Amino acid sequence: MIMKLFKTTILGLISIFCISTASAQIAVKAEKLYTSAGDPIINGVVLIKNGKIDRVGAQSSVRIPSDYEVFEAAVVTPGLIDAHTVVGLAGHYNQPHDQDQLETSSAIQPELRAIDAYNAREELVGHLRSLGVTTVHTGHGPGALISGQTMIVKTRGNTVDEGVLVPAKMLAFTMGDMMNSNIKKPGTRSKGVAMLRENLIKAQAYLEKRNSDNPAVKDLGMDALADLLEGKLTAMVTVHRANDIMTTIRLQEEFGFPMVIDGAAEAYLILDEIKESGHPVFVHAPMLRATGESKNASMETAAKLQGAGIPFAFQSGFEGYVPKTRVVLFEAAIAVANGLNHDVAIEKLTIDAAKLLGIDKQVGSLEKGKDADLVLYNGDPFEYITNVTHVFIDGTLAN
Amino acid sequence: MKATCSFVLWALILFGISSPIKSQSNPIAFKGAHIIPISGSPIDNGVLVVQNGEIVSVGDSNTKIPSNADIVDVTGKVIMPGLVDTHSHIGEGDGGDRSSSLHPDVRILDAIDPRSDTFKKALAGGLTSVNVMPGSGHLMSGQTVYLKLRKANTVEEMLLVIDEENNIYGGMKMANGTNPIGNGAPPRPGTRAKSAAMVRELFVKAQNYQQKIVAAEGDESKLPPRDLQMEALVQILEGKRTVHNHTHRHDDILTAIRLSQEFGYKVVLHHVSEAWKVADEIAAAGVPASIITLDSFGGKLEAIDFSNKNAVALEKAGVMVGFHTDDYITDSRMFLRSAAMGVREGMSREKALEAVTIANAKMMDIDDRVGTLEKGKDADFIILTGDPFSVYSHVEQTWIEGLKVWDRDNPEDREYSTGGYEIFRGFETNHHLDGE
Repeated sequence: MIMKLFKTTILGLISIFCISTASAQIAVKAEKLYTSAGDPIINGVVLIKNGKIDRVGAQSSVRIPSDYEVFEAAVVTPGLIDAHTVVGLAGHYNQPHDQDQLETSSAIQPELRAIDAYNAREELVGHLRSLGVTTVHTGHGPGALISGQTMIVKTRGNTVDEGVLVPAKMLAFTMGDMMNSNIKKPGTRSKGVAMLRENLIKAQAYLEKRNSDNPAVKDLGMDALADLLEGKLTAMVTVHRANDIMTTIRLQEEFGFPMVIDGAAEAYLILDEIKESGHPVFVHAPMLRATGESKNASMETAAKLQGAGIPFAFQSGFEGYVPKTRVVLFEAAIAVANGLNHDVAIEKLTIDAAKLLGIDKQVGSLEKGKDADLVLYNGDPFEYITNVTHVFIDGTLAN
Repeated sequence: MKATCSFVLWALILFGISSPIKSQSNPIAFKGAHIIPISGSPIDNGVLVVQNGEIVSVGDSNTKIPSNADIVDVTGKVIMPGLVDTHSHIGEGDGGDRSSSLHPDVRILDAIDPRSDTFKKALAGGLTSVNVMPGSGHLMSGQTVYLKLRKANTVEEMLLVIDEENNIYGGMKMANGTNPIGNGAPPRPGTRAKSAAMVRELFVKAQNYQQKIVAAEGDESKLPPRDLQMEALVQILEGKRTVHNHTHRHDDILTAIRLSQEFGYKVVLHHVSEAWKVADEIAAAGVPASIITLDSFGGKLEAIDFSNKNAVALEKAGVMVGFHTDDYITDSRMFLRSAAMGVREGMSREKALEAVTIANAKMMDIDDRVGTLEKGKDADFIILTGDPFSVYSHVEQTWIEGLKVWDRDNPEDREYSTGGYEIFRGFETNHHLDGE
């Protein structure tokens, strides 16, 4: 028995030793280190051990072990989080074979899973990664009442399984006049809401039965809606016009599911109402083209949400043409140029997005034990002429 | 009595006419700004004097200021020339219809709405001279129009006439690659080779028309009947009208150059998404490139190899390079950002500044009037809150011909700078997605 324990311990020590020598340990020095867990540290350093953050502090107080590989940068932030994109389902060719963000055979398809369509090798994923985005909340896009599920994934790996953090996170809803033209129903706003209510009422009955001793025949769509009603999934509702946002809040109040308001071009017209509803916002890209439902989009909305105390995060959203994706680093910069506090914007791109996505125990800030996702810049991250020089994901140089 | 009447009349005329003229004719001196004249080195604590719509002087703090000048203190600000955009779709104009692939007679100026909100957006971005073009769904979609974004009720008040004698108000829009190609059903070409053949055929016809004119030796009875299409094409052959050629793929770029050389016309390459692959060939041809900045590649199949490194690649090869907005593809309010992103990718600051001003003016043959801050040129300039390539800088004021046409401090103007409040009405079209 003692011998066996001894053997196990030895084997364990050997394996730990092998792992630690296999991946080089890394120190990242920054003239300005944004940790998203307190004030920026001037002349800071982050020690990375086995893919996790081991120590964070001032260079004067943290000794860098001699065998560590050292990287230096003017500015370092935690890996950026895109709170809503479609990359990986939407590809850069923009041809039918690589556009899996929207299935048009029906207006309500909550059973569609993002992990079944995500292409980890899509070049747009690499593009976002090269610009500091280490985690994306991606999946089905706007254009159907319920287009499908979303997932949270690191922008690394050859397969979805290597990068996935949360395989099913939200259900993508769309409200207002933004239905894809290939979807015949609904033809009006009120019809759309009626269809959603009808399905959610069915799901209430399904859920009751699912929780009973005599569950009904499994229905994938109803299962997903029941998960929503139970709070296992969140509704991410893409909606721009103020009246449609109010309708969205009304729908949520009727059924009580967790919800995020997505896009919200006219949020600045109803700040008090949104604040009172308690729902966070994935604010539209500040450079979003002001057209159609989003024609009243403003570059100042992010600053106004912050001023009103409404929790929010940045997203790249969906683009149907060129550019095929936006980049949250660029979008947040425009929000800062239009009134949002600089350091708050960095928190929005990191820890605040992580909180809204429920992954803040693992990513979003530079704190001991968290994933070593870091972005290195040669200047102010938001300046046009600043470059991202290195990106680390899970302690590995990814760009 | 008679004398009194005429005195009153004269007084009325003098009062009525001379006072508005006086407000324009009085010199205005802008003092204290960091001035980027483009034509020379930047000037700290500079002086810019304008009068009668023209620049009177640009220089350091010792520059003589006329005693009657209105003085504007712009200490801490940056002044540079009004921005010139070689490729835009503001103004809600259109172009050729589906009856043909070649529309040399169609003029976008006949379809511009001078009251369009899109002009306000352009002013908010510091644009003062713009080449407004029809779309790229045709081999030749029509005549473009060069506009000054003056406050105007009619498009005539906005025209930047480049040839008064021949009524030339702009260039000619051409396109190759996939946009003008249809399914092979006439009138659209079905292939790239067919596209080039159709263009060659048209220019050969124009050469024949031109020869008839030459042969007539001014004898009206021997002149061929007027032909609006041929007239515009002859202007191209004579070098009076520039071709603005939409092109993406490297081989299409070379085809555009080949055609321009065969017929000897002036061409500006537009978009040039794969310029980085053929930068040396473009340089050897001596053809300028008007390019776009995008936040990602992809979205358009023939342009998936697009790179924001085009700017630096072209600069290194020695090509005259400018940026354009292609508004609404990129937002006119973000035009300086386009150039800054070129710097991010390695372009020199100096060339990037030229690429939103004088280089573009040269591509439109308006460089004798705009594009730099020099004595005698139009008083078109912008006042910025800081470095033109900083995200934190805003266009504070836009001036055209000595008149302030945009002021971010004016709440009505400011809303166009930031968006929101239902200010953008009616502009919901995208020429690229119209099925054209």
